[in-house]
Amino acid sequence: MGTAMETRTKMTLTPEETEILNGSQGEVMAKILKTLVMYGETFGADKLVPVSGPGHLVTSFGISVMSATFDVMDELIAAGVKAKFPFTVDPRPLDFENVPCSLLQNVVFRVMYGKQKYYEDQLTKLGLKSADSFTCTCYMPEVGNQPKRGDILSWSESSAVVYANSVLGARCNRNSAFMDLFGAIVGKVPNFDLLTDEGRKARWVIEVKTSQKPEAQVLGSAIGLKVMEAVPYIRGLDVFLGGELNDEAKAYLKDMGAASASNGAVGLYHVAGLTPEAAELGDALIADGARTYVIDDAELKRVKDSYPVIWENPDARPKLCFIGCPHLSLSQLEEWTERVEAGLKASGASRLTIKTVLTAAPAVLEEFKKTPYFSRLRATGARLSYICPLMYMNNPMCKTLPVITNSNKLRTYTSSRYYTSDEITALICGGTK
Amino acid sequence: MKKTFVGRPVVPGEVTAPCVVSHGGFNTLASFQKSLLAKSKNAVCGDQNNADLYNKPLTGQALCLPQTIGSTTGGLVLHTACSMGVAPAAMLFSEPIDSLAAAGAILADVWTEHSMPTVDNLGQDFLDTVKDGMTITVAADGTVTVEG
Repeated sequence: MGTAMETRTKMTLTPEETEILNGSQGEVMAKILKTLVMYGETFGADKLVPVSGPGHLVTSFGISVMSATFDVMDELIAAGVKAKFPFTVDPRPLDFENVPCSLLQNVVFRVMYGKQKYYEDQLTKLGLKSADSFTCTCYMPEVGNQPKRGDILSWSESSAVVYANSVLGARCNRNSAFMDLFGAIVGKVPNFDLLTDEGRKARWVIEVKTSQKPEAQVLGSAIGLKVMEAVPYIRGLDVFLGGELNDEAKAYLKDMGAASASNGAVGLYHVAGLTPEAAELGDALIADGARTYVIDDAELKRVKDSYPVIWENPDARPKLCFIGCPHLSLSQLEEWTERVEAGLKASGASRLTIKTVLTAAPAVLEEFKKTPYFSRLRATGARLSYICPLMYMNNPMCKTLPVITNSNKLRTYTSSRYYTSDEITALICGGTK
Repeated sequence: MKKTFVGRPVVPGEVTAPCVVSHGGFNTLASFQKSLLAKSKNAVCGDQNNADLYNKPLTGQALCLPQTIGSTTGGLVLHTACSMGVAPAAMLFSEPIDSLAAAGAILADVWTEHSMPTVDNLGQDFLDTVKDGMTITVAADGTVTVEG
């Protein structure tokens, strides 16, 4: 292991930062700052800049195999360090009450996530906002970790970072686990890439030329697979979404962004005439020499058809459906209520024919329960949960299940099979896709 | 055939190892998830979407790639793989390194006893040259020699 002491740095540090790096606040704080400085210098950061508010962490799961993570957390706690602002964390991996689970799956879950309580205690000691702060959509108004334009963030969770940058106009790099926490503890992050005006310029222009509103999850996938981590400037989408960032547009962009961030590595996109920076600066956001990618109906079909199906029996009847990766918004829960009601009416079935779990943040679920939609959705047989579907699918006993989803992110990381929202609706309501 | 490339050492180190090559983005979580959860001593790539690497060994290999993609757990996954001794022998990037891979390499260097030599900016010619099974030698100054 390298030593943090006497480290020379190319970043310009304040006298206080230099003292911390040299051990004035202890060896652990020196290691934390050394990590952030090495990280920043790798990307040409000139300095550290203060974060504006609460952090968001991607690591929400106490998987027993992560002993190195628990050791670092213990090291931080023993040193007495804590985040400057209370932070939120990704969804919990377990929900025995609301998500179907066999006895064998239950046993495996308890072994697999055997360190969950231990890890949550660690998070609490380091500054977790509350026991209900577990969601990948911390930026929902009901949750309350909602940055404003220009805020500097120390966040991870690819879907949250791309949303905060693109839809809210905040500034955050695609930080990894631990970098998120270290920035939150120091209260500063290295100034590079998506924190800078130059780093927010688009290297790709995406021309959407589809005959109808593209499926958000497939459009995002196509963009991510093409541009990888570059910033895209998307033209032609405002035709379908309108010029106002209303709930419907935000939900669409949430899902599109999550797909672009998981199928590629997009941390920021601009949508002409819609997202805050594009609405203000327009084509000035496009860098010289930007390349162009045209997405039409045929290209979307090509991308969707390229997804492998890794079920043991590709013709198996689906046993479980997850909707809500990333977690659904309140308006999406209401929309899905109407969707499944209409689907059941069309098929003639009285209840959903495939076990279906819709996931959302605990605070969003609480608000949803206050609406008349809640009892209507429950009457269809649908279940609601705060779980992370991806963590559920990590269970080897679940991997063999034929699970379907409308999430491209979930498809990417698990054996679940992707269908569009219309196809999913037909399947779970007893019709054909 | 012997060819030398010069990149930037993100985490300097010296190692000689056989290589595996991903021509597309390397999804760190999707690639390591299955092996780490199974506590396998020899991680193999579990990313169904990576036609180059799916089911091929990762542990002890010089992993040649353009960049990593996917979940922001990527850095923690590399940190965990290093601490468990199942990481690649080195990560060699044709492009500038991405933020998640950099985080993983740096976390391993600062917070574990298992540093993983990491070099970026090796260029497209590097990625066009390397083939699975070739022997790669990494020097601390970022010089990468390919033989095979």
